[in-house]
Amino acid sequence: MGEMEQLRKEAESLKDQINAARKAVQDTTLQEAAAGVAVVGRVQMKTRKTLRGHLAKIYAMHWATDSKLCVSASQDGKLIVWDSVTTNKVNAIPLKSSWVMTCAYAPSGNLVACGGLDNMCSIYNLKGKDGNVKVMRELAAHTGYLSCCRFISDTEIITSSGDCTCILWDIETGTQKTVYAGHQGDCMSLAVSPDFNFFISGACDFTSKLWDIREGTCRQTFPGHESDVNAIGFFPNGNAVITGSDDTTCKLFDLRADQELITYQDSSVMCGVTSLAPSLSGRLILAGYDDFNVNIWDALKAERVGVLAGHDNRVSCIGVSADGMACCTGSWDSFLKIWN
Amino acid sequence: MSNNNASSNLVVAQRAVKQLRIEAGVRRIKVSQAAAELRNFCLQNASKDPLLMGVPSSDNPFRPPKSCSLF
Repeated sequence: MGEMEQLRKEAESLKDQINAARKAVQDTTLQEAAAGVAVVGRVQMKTRKTLRGHLAKIYAMHWATDSKLCVSASQDGKLIVWDSVTTNKVNAIPLKSSWVMTCAYAPSGNLVACGGLDNMCSIYNLKGKDGNVKVMRELAAHTGYLSCCRFISDTEIITSSGDCTCILWDIETGTQKTVYAGHQGDCMSLAVSPDFNFFISGACDFTSKLWDIREGTCRQTFPGHESDVNAIGFFPNGNAVITGSDDTTCKLFDLRADQELITYQDSSVMCGVTSLAPSLSGRLILAGYDDFNVNIWDALKAERVGVLAGHDNRVSCIGVSADGMACCTGSWDSFLKIWN
Repeated sequence: MSNNNASSNLVVAQRAVKQLRIEAGVRRIKVSQAAAELRNFCLQNASKDPLLMGVPSSDNPFRPPKSCSLF
């Protein structure tokens, strides 16, 4: 037997082993474990604020950790930092490249980042001495578009790219610390674990992967979706992952049981998931869809318990503030809305 | 040319097997334990979840408090 054939057989055997090991711990389902829990009553939220100012589609938004400020990125070529309570624009940052696809707020509140079809992640210092917001670093090495970025601290950021890799960067030196390779399709989204030791990525190979940030290794791979995984987030206790896909469903995967526990789908939902965010307790999953709506799911019962309707175009991004008080949606209609 | 393709295909296959070995070796807990912990986390934190419980207007930073002042 040639070595290629041997390796192919070993790969198949290992895949069977993994499937068998997953089945072996499947002594019940999440539905059964939550059978005694009542479905959440109808969730009705209202738009409390509309953030107006972008002149084109909004592609991304991210809350600051103070639960008041947030940053949004639009293909009008601007990053806007908003005070969500007053609706004032704190900063309007013009971008070199208007083809922006992602933005992030550093946990410290000192920096924001963005990137897109320029294949770069640009870091901006909001707290510069003279009060002007300037580019601090341009992180260039990806050979494909920047789909997502998330700060670990003021000195480290993780990016995901259409080149199928994720990278951990040293912001000070502008260099790559670690390249996370393994996905077989464009990486679309990433999320960092609450303890900052791991991150998860969703990709166009229909899988999500759990990565050990320091070791640089992929620990687990979660198949199950039937199309691109566009959105990903951690369940608040850090032990599960929620994904949203072009296959119209969201799924919850438990990290320690190493498998999918539940799927959030409805026959009336016929379009792809663009974005998602869990509520503070994880009981609600808010997911944005191509059909201009946000569906609110009861995470334990997999029932749709609410809808946020108010945008006139695709909901491209969603985020729940750190204190859990509000949800922010961003849309191709150029507006952001704050709901609770 | 074909030799380079063959050896790079081999490297890719070796990496794939190495990765699968790591993933096969993961220590898994029972779904019953995992599901119970998710359920318990949701229930224990429910009362602190504003979007789940609803935010009273007096405590809602996004809603100005309703007040009538007569000066």
